[in-house]
Amino acid sequence: MELVVNQKHYRIEVHPDRMLLWVLRNDLELTGTKYGCGEGQCGACTVLVDGAPVRSCLARASTAAGKEITTIEGLAQNGKLHPLQEAFIQADAMQCGYCTPGMIVSGAALLKKTPQPSDAEIRRAMEGNVCRCGTYPRIVAAVRMASRQSTQRTANGGPHA
Amino acid sequence: MLEPERYELNEGPAYHFELERRDFFKFLGGGLVLLLVFDHPADAQESGRAPRGDARPPEIAAWLHIGEDGAVTVYTGKAEMGQNIRTSLTQAVAEELHAPVSSIQLVMADTALTPYDMGTFGSRTTPTMAPQLRKVGAAAREALIGLAAEKWKTSRASITVAGGKVKNASSGETIGFGELTQGRQIMSTVNAANLTPADQWTTAGSSVTKVNARDIVTGAHRYASDIARPGMLLGRVLRPPMVDAKLVSVDASKLNGVSGVLVVRDGDFAGVVAEDELTAATALAAISSRWDHQKDQPSDKNVYQYLKSHTQSGARSNPEHGSIDQALASSDHKLDATYTVAYIAHTPLEPRAAVAEWEDGKLTVWTGTQRPFGVRSELAEAFSIPEDRVRVIVPDTGSGYGGKHSGECAIEAARLAKAAKKPVKLIWTREEEFTWAYFRPAGVIDIRGGITSDGLLAAWEFHNYNSGPSGINTPYEVPSHVIEFHATDSPLRQGSYRGLAATANHFARESHMDDLAVAAGLDPLEFRLKNLKDARLRAVLQAAADKFGWSNSQSTPTRGFGLACGVEKGGYVASCAEVSIAQPGGKVKIERVVTAFECGAIVNPEHLKNQVEGSVIMGIGGALFESIQFADGKILNAQLSKYRVPRFSDTPAVETVLLDRKDLPSAGAGETPIVALAPAVGNAIFHATGTRIRSLPMI
Ligand code: FES
Ligand code: FES
Repeated sequence: MELVVNQKHYRIEVHPDRMLLWVLRNDLELTGTKYGCGEGQCGACTVLVDGAPVRSCLARASTAAGKEITTIEGLAQNGKLHPLQEAFIQADAMQCGYCTPGMIVSGAALLKKTPQPSDAEIRRAMEGNVCRCGTYPRIVAAVRMASRQSTQRTANGGPHA
Repeated sequence: MLEPERYELNEGPAYHFELERRDFFKFLGGGLVLLLVFDHPADAQESGRAPRGDARPPEIAAWLHIGEDGAVTVYTGKAEMGQNIRTSLTQAVAEELHAPVSSIQLVMADTALTPYDMGTFGSRTTPTMAPQLRKVGAAAREALIGLAAEKWKTSRASITVAGGKVKNASSGETIGFGELTQGRQIMSTVNAANLTPADQWTTAGSSVTKVNARDIVTGAHRYASDIARPGMLLGRVLRPPMVDAKLVSVDASKLNGVSGVLVVRDGDFAGVVAEDELTAATALAAISSRWDHQKDQPSDKNVYQYLKSHTQSGARSNPEHGSIDQALASSDHKLDATYTVAYIAHTPLEPRAAVAEWEDGKLTVWTGTQRPFGVRSELAEAFSIPEDRVRVIVPDTGSGYGGKHSGECAIEAARLAKAAKKPVKLIWTREEEFTWAYFRPAGVIDIRGGITSDGLLAAWEFHNYNSGPSGINTPYEVPSHVIEFHATDSPLRQGSYRGLAATANHFARESHMDDLAVAAGLDPLEFRLKNLKDARLRAVLQAAADKFGWSNSQSTPTRGFGLACGVEKGGYVASCAEVSIAQPGGKVKIERVVTAFECGAIVNPEHLKNQVEGSVIMGIGGALFESIQFADGKILNAQLSKYRVPRFSDTPAVETVLLDRKDLPSAGAGETPIVALAPAVGNAIFHATGTRIRSLPMI
């Protein structure tokens, strides 16, 4: 099958029942996408498929074939971090960091759909993502911070508008 | 069955053979090598002393290398798993070396490269490892000054070190650290150094950003579960249907002729290896097995009776102060109660994982553990090979919370790799992590307390069954007390947890104190202050109450306010909680928590705040809803869909007050801030509803 991940095309032999998470991690060595539960409960495995957040532990790779897949490795452009990645660093929104890729990908999907989310909207959209280290307030702050930055950029006509 | 709290010190080796230090440090290459030797033998028990047969020099706490290119590398056996010690320890070195944080690399928790270390637990890194690294940093700075004085033929006094450069104050010349060694390897051994006092810190004490944050947010950081090796295969392990079962027979005949699958059987161990995870899982499911197991094991329903009736002999006790019965009899108000806490699971988001590789009879394992050297011993023992043929590397790990002390996953991966003759990766499934790791102990606590008519504590009797002795002693003044921990047989495998038993002991004690305050007719804050002399504890209690607005917090049936405090591992904590109750008997939500925390001189305020917040939020799970359900040796809720952990919607407004005591040594902070949360919430629920909940979880 053909997988398009972070704008790169991969032609690979994959058993149709294999989950996208493991194909990304084991076959393409894109290990930024994490396994946390395998049952859609933690969000650590979140990737974007055609811009929408998907739990890759429950999605057969075949269902994403030919679609645009974005993983955490694909968010930075030419070495420039996505505003949400910057915001996570600024807000110190991580401890062990294992949930962080899934949080950032989920947050990026939210900001794409809702550029100015309220705190309540952020919490609702991210409810399916678990941070066992308990950095939730900082994650909310980071998403808020990134949304503000993107408004400023919109005002200035910047690249992430 | 009882996984000890692993606080007992390892026995030192029977012999010490002087080793050729230079041989061991050859790998470092040219430049300056600073070896820090222990000046306190007690420190050496925690780190430094390598087990017998190890190739590394004994009694060395830490070493630092400045390469000819000026790169500073510091070696420590501690492991990073979210406590941010990679950052705080880097700050510690930077402070003393007078070099930027970005110029310093830490090599951590690699048994081939770093000093021996007992493990990363018990909040010991900040009080013990940080001063050691500061010493080695200070000694390196002094050595650089010496080299520069020699080079420029001037006095040491005219040399200064700042911003990673050495400067000759009289000539104005500067030179980088690396250039001073001029192709030699200069090794020097130190055991003491003058450290910069906390009130003069510039780098330590400030909120330096997590040093590898960029790798984390880009997904570039490789956890143990992300490690890949050439030709690596994936493993799965055959699990018994319940704990304590013995493998009777295995039938893998369905896999005969299936290519690309290897079945491994060795005693009670059986597993499979395959090229991809689906093939491995399918193969595992095709194996049928029979297991022998015990019938009639306790369940979460009757575990508390079980614990109380299965005490081991020799309770750990304090000497009895006064006759407790008499003191209770003469108290004006008495209160007896029993508290219980459930088994809970650490649920680190990264489950146990290991990649094992054999080469020429030598074993290398990448795994997430809090005890790299302990796991190395486990591996050496399991495969009957000397420890110097085993290397354990711990990449910064997806958290532990006390739950990753043991090396079972590493051993399993190594067994599979040995059979496969290729590197094997094993990642435990979430269900395996829930079932085959170990739990925070369940426990029963019986308290009898008595007060005088003017609200002074007169008698205190406290018995803890199984949940552990941490934080068991009361910080309150009381003339007559008996405080005992009773070890018992636990039906489930149990071990360390963030804060250990201090959470259970604080929950019981601080709930009981709250009831006694009511009996005395006193405000809970006033009652506590009246019975507390410890100035540091009083300070956090007052600070939390002030920030919270305790004096204006009047509980109603739908809104409750509660507080609690405690001391543990050198940290002082007080939490105030506000809860809402939808309607009488309705859903409880924690709305706001204010926590005041003091652990001596603060090393990194932002990261400390982060740890306090994280503890409070993790504590919500154990306080309100986390518990392991089990029966007949089976874990019944071994999935995230069945075992509820705190999520965004459970998170209250979390406010933190940090008290910085620059005059006091820094203590660790990853654990203690969790202990006051559960009782503060329980007290808030009580003040709203009038119902006292004496078991964790509370809802
Ligand atoms: S691993 Fe996919 S949601 Fe947890
Ligand atoms: S930072 Fe550890 S799970 Fe979120």
